[in-house]
Amino acid sequence: MQKSIKRYFALFALPTVLAFTVMFIIPFVLGVYLSFTEFTTVTDAKWVGLSNYLKAFSNKEFLNALWFTVKFTVVSVLTINVFAFLLAMLLTRGKKGTNLFRTIFFMPNLIGGIVLGYIWQLIINGILIKFDVTLTSSANYGFWGLVVLMNWQLIGYMMIIYIAGIQNVSKDVIEAAMIDGSTRFGILRNVTIPLVMPSITICLFLSLSNSFKLFDQNLALTAGAPSKQTSMLALDIYNTFYGSVGWEGVGQAKAVVFFVLVALIALIQLVATRSKEVES
Amino acid sequence: MQKTRGRDSVVVTVLFILAVLFLAPILIVLMNSFKGKFFISDTPFKLPDAQTFIGLKNYTGGVAKIGFFNAFGNSLFITVCSVAVIVLLTAMTAWYITRVKTKFTKMLYFIFVFSMIVPFQMVMFTMSKVANILHVDNLVGIIFIYLGFGAGLSVFLFSGFVKSIPLEIEEADLIDGCNPVQSFFKVVLPILKPIAITVAILNVMWIWNDYLLPMLVIGTEHRTIPIAIQYLKGGYGSIDMGAMMAMLVLAILPIVIFYLFCQKYIIEGVVAGAVKG
Repeated sequence: MQKSIKRYFALFALPTVLAFTVMFIIPFVLGVYLSFTEFTTVTDAKWVGLSNYLKAFSNKEFLNALWFTVKFTVVSVLTINVFAFLLAMLLTRGKKGTNLFRTIFFMPNLIGGIVLGYIWQLIINGILIKFDVTLTSSANYGFWGLVVLMNWQLIGYMMIIYIAGIQNVSKDVIEAAMIDGSTRFGILRNVTIPLVMPSITICLFLSLSNSFKLFDQNLALTAGAPSKQTSMLALDIYNTFYGSVGWEGVGQAKAVVFFVLVALIALIQLVATRSKEVES
Repeated sequence: MQKTRGRDSVVVTVLFILAVLFLAPILIVLMNSFKGKFFISDTPFKLPDAQTFIGLKNYTGGVAKIGFFNAFGNSLFITVCSVAVIVLLTAMTAWYITRVKTKFTKMLYFIFVFSMIVPFQMVMFTMSKVANILHVDNLVGIIFIYLGFGAGLSVFLFSGFVKSIPLEIEEADLIDGCNPVQSFFKVVLPILKPIAITVAILNVMWIWNDYLLPMLVIGTEHRTIPIAIQYLKGGYGSIDMGAMMAMLVLAILPIVIFYLFCQKYIIEGVVAGAVKG
């Protein structure tokens, strides 16, 4: 059977493989190479070794963006997952109307980042104006604005995944624990949470990588203001490429660092999933 | 019994308040879209009154300013064509590399999976340069780019599903005299339908909302909706808040309609994609 299919490579696989090679593999390899060179277009690259990386790590804006992104990611991941888990607990009690609530909580997730950014710009500025400040008066406002926006967007998404996980926990296990005299909190801590661990890992990873790679929302809400203090990594890389001439190599070096960080997060997630999951 | 009922009503009340809070931002934007542009930023939480209400002027003005219907058409064209191409071609590719086991197909699969963790910023500059050189930096060419960049996740999801299809079904079909092409389209593709819906939903959500890729490749010449919204800010110094509110509403509307009609598929698709990805 394998033999008879094999001849059809050109029909089945070639179009995808061609597009994938031209639009992903070549740009990726070229990107790694260019991070060690100085260039303005792709064809005039001059090898400069590690100098782009040195420049990137001595670049205040990059370090600031890195620190801002880490802080933002930690706070977002914690708040999103706590709220999403609590909501999922409330929505898995088999009450009427839960479907309607689920529908509403999930909806913001479908709206694009640019649109989300401008919606929240209006709301947050509307509140801050009562205190005679705006979103861009201080980096703190931008930070918490992004956290609120991210919560609004992702809570419903994570909630859906938690609901699926909680619904998989068999009622017998919970009943057995109740007969043994466990308290509600005890059941949550010793039965429910260990059994929904796979969902927790998925949600932690999804919210982590979504927060870490945030771009559109950042661009629309504050665009980095005041003075690039609220730029996250993705936005800083974009600005390095397209905001200042002669910095393309540094931009590409920053992008490689960004890629390595994202890959590390994915790797840690993979290891964590394999080790933490409990057989249910 | 009495006690549980009391607790139930507390839960429902809490959920109800939260639901209102979740909907509030969208309703506030909707409300402001009917107000004159100078009455929005300062008092966004006030209902329109006789002085501030201006009917549909923000809508007509905004639509003309950013060419909303053009942008809508561009977004629709790019999304529908790219998703159709991605679903069909990556299903075929996934079937091929799962059924034909060679070193080459194993390596391909590995690179597809690897591409899923690469953030867009890593390749954005080089990818847009390559797109320029190959002249795919237009409304039709971008379909090819989306195929290349979206292949990783889609091939991965399809491959996982193909592995679960018993080989006997296809073998019986081949003995009946079908060639692999007939066998794929008549037997395999219908079986792939559930995962194809998941792949389609995930790609629709990505491509419809995507800002940076079309911005770098096509620019503001043929704007998609996200680019048109951002253009409203960039192109005119201070933002026309009235037009902005109206355009935000028009940008959200198609998504809400799509969601209400395909809610079940969207939620299932997103969960399936998350769990497997």
